[in-house]
Amino acid sequence: MTAGVRPGRMPGEGTNAAWLFLAPALVLIGVFFFVPVAASLLLSLTDFDIYAVASAENTRFVGLRNYGQLVKSPLFWSSLKNTFYFALVGGPLTIAVSLGAALLVNAKLVRWKSLLRTIYFTPFVTTLVAVAIVWRYLYHTRYGLLNYGLQTLGVAPVDWLGDPRWAMPAIILMAVWKNFGYNMLIFIAGLQSIPDELYDAAKVDGAGAVRQFVSVTLPMLGPTLLFVGVITMIGYFQLFAEPYVMTQGGPLRSTTSVVLLMYEEGFRWWRLGYAAAIAFVLFLVILLATLVQLRLQRQRL
Amino acid sequence: MRRVLLYTALIVGALLALFPMIWMVSASLMPMGEASAYPPRVLPSRVTFEHYGELFTRLNLGRYLFNSALISFTVTVISLAVNSMAGYAFAKLRFRGRDRLFRVLAAGLVLPVQVAMLPLFLLMKQLGLINSYWGVIIPGLASIFGIFLIRQYAQSIPDDMLDAARIDGASELRIYRSVVLPGILPILATLAIWTFLATWNDFMWPLIVLSDEAHYTLPVALANLVGEHVQDTELMMAGSVLTILPVMLVFLFLQRYYIQGVMAGSVKG
Repeated sequence: MTAGVRPGRMPGEGTNAAWLFLAPALVLIGVFFFVPVAASLLLSLTDFDIYAVASAENTRFVGLRNYGQLVKSPLFWSSLKNTFYFALVGGPLTIAVSLGAALLVNAKLVRWKSLLRTIYFTPFVTTLVAVAIVWRYLYHTRYGLLNYGLQTLGVAPVDWLGDPRWAMPAIILMAVWKNFGYNMLIFIAGLQSIPDELYDAAKVDGAGAVRQFVSVTLPMLGPTLLFVGVITMIGYFQLFAEPYVMTQGGPLRSTTSVVLLMYEEGFRWWRLGYAAAIAFVLFLVILLATLVQLRLQRQRL
Repeated sequence: MRRVLLYTALIVGALLALFPMIWMVSASLMPMGEASAYPPRVLPSRVTFEHYGELFTRLNLGRYLFNSALISFTVTVISLAVNSMAGYAFAKLRFRGRDRLFRVLAAGLVLPVQVAMLPLFLLMKQLGLINSYWGVIIPGLASIFGIFLIRQYAQSIPDDMLDAARIDGASELRIYRSVVLPGILPILATLAIWTFLATWNDFMWPLIVLSDEAHYTLPVALANLVGEHVQDTELMMAGSVLTILPVMLVFLFLQRYYIQGVMAGSVKG
């Protein structure tokens, strides 16, 4: 690179240098991300299992058999249902809490804005595995503080993580707590970019606080909402560590997510071909969810 | 009146946000058995550090702390170099197919990382990197998001400045080192913190690629410990504190840069 120096070069002539700068990143991303993603599709068309892990010759091309098995597996369908439950209830809930927190922190009357923002953001920074363990104890039926608090309000103890009806809501509640701070920051930035004149004009027209929110704030936040919606959904469809740590996918498989099922099939039972088919379904689900959201948003704008 | 309501909501919210962590710290300091007693306690009857002692003596937590620190630090340093070079090239150097290549990379952001993990495991096995630090480190060394972030920021470097350096006869590497890097320092700080925290907190890939305790990172070790020691609430809380504390300190001291990263990432969409 140093040898090729000529005085007076223009920026367009740095072609070789450009490729040298790009090479490390492209090789790493290519070899350790794009190639495995493509290989995953191929893997899903084979019967790659524990014998093939020992020696790759023991693997055969089986066409769509893994997908056929998936469609017939009740466990797969329930993992899909659980994942949608988590994403479609947890996602909007997280966004609503984030927006609420952003509106509160951003209110004109409020001082100590940056301190409050930091406090609300703190859960997002924490290590998921560690806080999942903390919440596991908070949810304890007998000794947990959540049930104790509810009891003082006259609510009977709930077996949060042991009751198939409550385990997913419990995980959703924890996920909302963990993640709302991130979206809140993005909403605050969005709110601050709305010109004051719009609110002034709305006030002149006699709009109250609610009306201002519906007619000025929400439409102006459109692109922000879309961004937050898409990233929250993508993240939530990848649910894994929470059930792994808090419930191991139980009780009665009520919290087994698609990624957890993929992990179990692939790395506990070493059915990598079958697990790859699950991974590919996950990809399709996320792609579809993203496209649907983009479409919905475009229609509304 | 509105102000009172507003502040009540804000303070209740702040308490809810902080409570799990306050209880975690408090329970980690309780004498054995006190965190699983009825009625539940919020504060310890007397403060003890015995659980922290046990973590380091009997449970080898120092080792996991070291592993986590080593892996996070290595990934952060190398990935900063890799991503900043690529981001700069995409932003400022002209070459054929640049925009198309960038679009291909950007499309990769839609692919969930889990889809790559099964073949990646087999690849790592071929390379003999299962159960090694490098097995965890290598997939984190380049990130599409990081390249995105750098590219966006590097576009603001004036071309005149780069051309002036070229006319002075500086090599491209020299320009990168002495013009580009200083120019993008703030976004490098942001990316460094993001990378460090994300690597520290990462769970699924280390869980897959590490099978031998000696190489465990803290989250993997913790998830493993809770299986055997689920009754030892205070001990588990001490372990959680130790896992969260380093990232919390990094965040509190450098939060300005971290929060800028949230904003920069969101602008791009």
